[in-house]
Amino acid sequence: MLPGRVLVIALAACWTAAPAHAATIQITMENLVISPASASAKVGDIIEWINKDVFAHTATAKNGDWDVAMPPKKTVTQVLKKAGTIDYYCRFHPNMKATLTIAP
Amino acid sequence: MLLRLSAAIVAMTLISGAALAQGAAKPTDPQIAHIAYTAGVIDIAAAKQAETRASSKDVKAFAQDMVRDHEAVNKQALDLVKKLKVTPEDNDTSRTLSKQAADKLAELGKLKGADYDKAYVANEVAYHKAVNGALETLLIPSASNAELKSLLQTGLKIFQGHQQHAEHVAATLK
Repeated sequence: MLPGRVLVIALAACWTAAPAHAATIQITMENLVISPASASAKVGDIIEWINKDVFAHTATAKNGDWDVAMPPKKTVTQVLKKAGTIDYYCRFHPNMKATLTIAP
Repeated sequence: MLLRLSAAIVAMTLISGAALAQGAAKPTDPQIAHIAYTAGVIDIAAAKQAETRASSKDVKAFAQDMVRDHEAVNKQALDLVKKLKVTPEDNDTSRTLSKQAADKLAELGKLKGADYDKAYVANEVAYHKAVNGALETLLIPSASNAELKSLLQTGLKIFQGHQQHAEHVAATLK
């Protein structure tokens, strides 16, 4: 009985606390450079992809998990849904490369 | 394969060796602006031909990327020369580049289907390689205005990206 109630309370605490834990992480593409080149996040976090260039870019996961298109001078948001260490690049300019580590 | 490779080398030597070596007597900023702009116009013309002639979906998409990026770079170049009150100056390098590009366009215009796709993409690899070499060794070091130099450096990164993109597309056509 008691452990059950503790579990419910614990779950409730998690649910109410969860949104506060979701962080927003900014990754910028400027002058054909992705910064930071290496970033860390958690599942549920939001990535704000900021394209400061007049060129279109993409953030394309090498493993196929995601492919985010960024029009020139636009910011695009993405909610991270899957954990993993993701190497990604820009499909239009494959010399733009970076890594995003997503913890479960 | 050997034929394609030697064709690429010929294309490279033609552009970097002949055309750009003529400007080796350190081009001025108005000449550099003209050469860089001309190089962009050439690639846009090649891409527009590819948008109608290419049969592969990837090659068509690549051509669209080239039009979009090179138009964006050239718009920045025009804005910059206006701001700096520099009038781009025609020169032998620009003229040779344009002449070679016109010949190449005519040559590619005779090809069809997969032959066209391969030849266009191979030329894109060679052309970007040659332009990147010229930017690195001649145009960027010769530019005296800091903003022009910085735009050329951005251009170099963009074109290095295009070269890699073209190499990826070329690999899918084999």
